[in-house]
Amino acid sequence: MSDPRPHQKFRHRHLLGIEGLSADDILILLDRAEEAVEVSRQIEKKRTTLRGRTLINLFFESSTRTQSSFELAGKRLGADVMNMSVQTSSLKKGETLIDTAVTLNAMRPDIIVVRHAQAGAVHLLARKVDCAVINAGDGAHEHPTQALLDALTIRRNKGRIEGLTVAICGDILHSRVARSNIILLSALGARVRVVGPSTLMPVGIERMGVEAFRDMKSGLTDADIVMMLRLQRERMSGGFMPSSREYFRFFGLDADKLRHAKKDALVMHPGPMNRGVEIDSNIADGPQSLIREQVEMGVAVRMAVLAALAEHLPNE
Amino acid sequence: MKHAPTGAIAHQPLALTNARLIDPVRQSEERGGVLIIDGIIRDLGPPVVAASLPPHAHIIDCAGDVVAPGLIDMCAFVGEPGAEHRETIATATAAGAAGGVTTILARPDTNPPIDEPAVVDFLLRRARDTGLVRVLPVAALTRGLQGAEIAEIGLLKEAGAVAFSDGPQSLRNARVMRRVMAYAKDFDALIMHVAQDPDLATDGVMNEGELATRLGLPGVPREAETIMLDRDIRLVALTRARYHATLVSTTLSLEAIRAAKAAGLPITCGTSINHLALNENDIGDYRTFLKLAPPLRREEERQALVEALAEGLIDVVVSDHNPQDVETKRLPFTEAEPGAIGLETMLSAGLRLVHAGEISLPRLLASMSSRPAEILGLPQGRLEIGAPADLIRFDPDEPFVLDPSTLHSRCKNTPFDEAKMQGRVKLTMVGGELVWREG
Repeated sequence: MSDPRPHQKFRHRHLLGIEGLSADDILILLDRAEEAVEVSRQIEKKRTTLRGRTLINLFFESSTRTQSSFELAGKRLGADVMNMSVQTSSLKKGETLIDTAVTLNAMRPDIIVVRHAQAGAVHLLARKVDCAVINAGDGAHEHPTQALLDALTIRRNKGRIEGLTVAICGDILHSRVARSNIILLSALGARVRVVGPSTLMPVGIERMGVEAFRDMKSGLTDADIVMMLRLQRERMSGGFMPSSREYFRFFGLDADKLRHAKKDALVMHPGPMNRGVEIDSNIADGPQSLIREQVEMGVAVRMAVLAALAEHLPNE
Repeated sequence: MKHAPTGAIAHQPLALTNARLIDPVRQSEERGGVLIIDGIIRDLGPPVVAASLPPHAHIIDCAGDVVAPGLIDMCAFVGEPGAEHRETIATATAAGAAGGVTTILARPDTNPPIDEPAVVDFLLRRARDTGLVRVLPVAALTRGLQGAEIAEIGLLKEAGAVAFSDGPQSLRNARVMRRVMAYAKDFDALIMHVAQDPDLATDGVMNEGELATRLGLPGVPREAETIMLDRDIRLVALTRARYHATLVSTTLSLEAIRAAKAAGLPITCGTSINHLALNENDIGDYRTFLKLAPPLRREEERQALVEALAEGLIDVVVSDHNPQDVETKRLPFTEAEPGAIGLETMLSAGLRLVHAGEISLPRLLASMSSRPAEILGLPQGRLEIGAPADLIRFDPDEPFVLDPSTLHSRCKNTPFDEAKMQGRVKLTMVGGELVWREG
């Protein structure tokens, strides 16, 4: 972004996770994202930061939301954006990953954004290519831009992150969003809680510095932020939860449960939502909801990350 | 430098002199030499010096290096038949010779599996014709390794199978296991079982706990191993079959084994060199060479395994040699095959424990030679007059950095990639024939 103020330089070549970032690293990205919000709200949204650069969205798992957010972010910064959806068959498996990485690398992209169903797959790919790599979600491991956009949304609404109590609720076990948020919010001084049934609570989660709760009432008490997670339907038919109606009864966010949080508590959800399963429509669309703002912040954060990584790209 | 067995040396008396002789059975050591005639240890100890030997004897001065029995590895995958792209008997035994392993027990989960006397015979003949060291087949416990019908244990044993196992898989059905044990007991056959409840372990790719949670990888709880082991111990009490738990990796399992041994049950156990030398933190950034089954556990568990080995609760250390090529390892962690090669590095990796003061050298060597020999009823693995001259020589202090490209295995999936190690085999002898000599 063509801002007169010099940016503090982001130290990393890739963004593979929140793990490994310092609080300063995170703040550099959030501050840049604030500027990107302003850019995105102007009529002329186009910048030249990535002019001449090629950005590839490589999605091994389909995701309309994240992919379009990265696409828009890249285009607003002037990059040429190519979207690739690679559906992995169970036969080909990761073979596709390395082969695709090597093939794409030969096309000389500048930045690759990768989503993959397996934890660690993005790290593996990053070792095989020369360009910058952004993790857009790897299995149950990390989803760093989601955590950054969540932090940006919180900071803009609460003015700070330090000292806030954030309750992350639902399927913690399978959630990369939960992991990235736990690391990021803890690094910035928030108190993080996780709330969910024991079958969806990963072993050893307390050792990531969070407090774990098995019921919504105690988990939400005096919370500033209630962050709901998506629960995939196939996990609600007896494998982890007996039924979706039982899940909604005990862990779905409705007005009753939200009452235990602070009066000015705000509600978030990474999307896409299962209305009536993990969140009541009245809450999702209500005055305490930040869900739509999260989507806007998503584009801004991704612009910030792309611009920050672009500073490390060779210029000759 | 490799020496194909020619038979020339076997008939000429051969002596290893000026050695630090380690006797794993008596847990003792002394200075001296070994005299070998016709592949058999004929004399041993301080009196065997150059001056006392027959004039035509071939003498190797060991310059104070350790001389000990060759290692017996109770669990290795040698590739034949059916997976020759991963390993062959020729390459596996070359790795064994270079690593001081003079007897390799070959896993039965080949293609076809070793569940037919003809396949046992095939393996023995291939080993005779292409192998540098001894290869002994472990045959299937159940037909086709399917866990449903008892394999022809009697015929397989007659053909030369030394133990029975379903490879890395656990036998899920308790009724079948009971009958297999009862039947094996009639033939005094040794059952080797890798205990892991397949349902509880479903999808798990590493040890369950904080690290798995951080990496976002599904975990295998320690209980998956011990629940299956507990079941087996009850069935051993019922049938009195000879049972060897091939790979134990948790303190829970050690407690179960301790109680079973105290109760006088015919139970022994082993663990892999990887579980003694490494822990889950070595997985680091999703390193698939460290993906093993059972998974590497926490450091506390590793230490407990080493202590159990030092006190003799763990009888045996195996390489769990499992060659995997880039096609099966260069994948996301969840999709990669488990396993690591180990034949060539098991002694060096074990010496790490000795150098760290965690275990004595004679104890380490016993777990890799004389204990397996006792459990399997083999004559080798001992430093005794009359025993086969399966011997190794090494300097336990010699430092080196492991270069995977120098390893003899067809696959290079070693977890000790570029590791600094101490102690490498200089000479390996099988039945009095030199099969490996450094330099």
